[in-house]
Amino acid sequence: MLQALADGILTGSIIALGAIGLTLTMGILRFANFAHAELITWGAYMALGALAITGTFAGPISPFSFGLPLVFATLIAVVLTAALALLIDHLVFRPLRSHTSHMTVVFASFGVSLLVRMVILLIFGGSAAYYSNELQIAIRVMPGLRVMPDHVFTLGLTLAIVVALHLFLQKTRLGLSMRALAENPDLVRINGIDTRVVVRWTWVIGAALAAVSGVLYGLTVQLRPEIGFQLLLPLFAAAILGGVGNVFGAVIGGLIVGLAESLSVLFVPAGYKMAVPFFILLAVLYVRPNGIFGALRGGAK
Amino acid sequence: MSPLLLEIRDVVAGYRPDLPILHGVSLHVGTAEMVTVIGPNGAGKSTLVKSVAGLVPISAGSVAIEGTEVTNLLTHKLATASIAYVPQTANVFTSLTIDENLKLGASTLSKADAGRRIAKAYEDFPALTQYRGQKAKVLSGGQRQMLAVARALLTEPRLLMLDEPSAGLSPLMVSEVFSRLKTLIATGVSILMVEQNVKAALAISDRTYVLAEGRNRIDGDSAKLAGDTEVAAIYLGAGGRKR
Repeated sequence: MLQALADGILTGSIIALGAIGLTLTMGILRFANFAHAELITWGAYMALGALAITGTFAGPISPFSFGLPLVFATLIAVVLTAALALLIDHLVFRPLRSHTSHMTVVFASFGVSLLVRMVILLIFGGSAAYYSNELQIAIRVMPGLRVMPDHVFTLGLTLAIVVALHLFLQKTRLGLSMRALAENPDLVRINGIDTRVVVRWTWVIGAALAAVSGVLYGLTVQLRPEIGFQLLLPLFAAAILGGVGNVFGAVIGGLIVGLAESLSVLFVPAGYKMAVPFFILLAVLYVRPNGIFGALRGGAK
Repeated sequence: MSPLLLEIRDVVAGYRPDLPILHGVSLHVGTAEMVTVIGPNGAGKSTLVKSVAGLVPISAGSVAIEGTEVTNLLTHKLATASIAYVPQTANVFTSLTIDENLKLGASTLSKADAGRRIAKAYEDFPALTQYRGQKAKVLSGGQRQMLAVARALLTEPRLLMLDEPSAGLSPLMVSEVFSRLKTLIATGVSILMVEQNVKAALAISDRTYVLAEGRNRIDGDSAKLAGDTEVAAIYLGAGGRKR
């Protein structure tokens, strides 16, 4: 039970990181971006590619399975994922946003996600890959509870990112503009703010979070071109559960989804664990149609 | 006549180029002058101010501020052109606090200027002070209008455009908003205001333009138009068909 709780929190924190990026772009850009999950895969693989180029110029930092090379590789992945997100927006979403309906953009994001996944498959192949071949031994925290140091790191980093993002959204001009853009884009322009710049930063931040969650996912599981696709439904469940546009909501949503998945195996066959979060999602939406922390309209909090 | 600040010439505008709402409207506003635009529903009053604000594309004609052309201005460059615009609805961010609404309005200013002018906005609109940390959704209609005007004035514009500032307000609130606008004129700001409250509009403004079906119908001194039978006819539907 204790172990399942710890595993659930870990899975939940990775889902939360991805869901924060998704909820931000959904709330601010006002469309369900199905390609967000592929940004996670892209980020994870870009870090792998960067590692292959730079090599392991330094060993792992004990007790973790990774060292400085992965940290640098993650930074490179963040830049490349942000670049991909901006490119996709420029080539696909931006032209569609101004001329077509909301649904067209959503379906375009489906197409983009397939394309990105296939490009990854072409470059890296379909077999599983790992950042490190180091074997990591789980540390016994207390009787019945063992955790990997990498997992603790993942949890800590997620918390730090959530706090940093909250401060960014609350305290900076850009953060304020992003929250305002979620409510009323025309009024943001009337206030003298170039919304194109704010939209670009929203993509950069969402993509950066996607890249980091991809690397963390790869660190704790293994890399496959379909990791984004597997995360897609849990990400949406988490974002919707927490209330679209709400950063803390996405974290809570992510944790609920992660915990529901890992605790459910104690009660139902493992094959059904993917379905459990959706029962919770349906139950929550029945009582709170806009999610746990959702406002009436999408708006990044 | 006071020196010309805004000049709108033969503007044709609409959301779609093949479906213009304005069919060649002309209008001018002098320095420290209050001009109102009235007309039946669908006359294109709101479209006119929106086209100046860059929210509705202009397909023909021109807009100039002090002789400099600003036709099809990018909306976020309004402040650079010394124009501020207060839309009719959704003119404050209800999910943000009063303070945040004002900070956003001052985002084109340096931090020092922003701080100073926001402090002055609270002095000029003391009713907002008690709500500064609260979300704008708690404000009444009149208070929201005050916040929207306070926000618009942060950039110290030479021209303030308001779209139906009296809509949905109680008579008491309308007179408060209008008297506030009068004091602005005294500070040298020009006002272009769209109004559906014809009596109040004619009573407060220097000059009035009457639009009907996207065209200029009548214009002149507000005091004279107040007694004009044709103005009344347009509103009664005899002189201009309502769309």
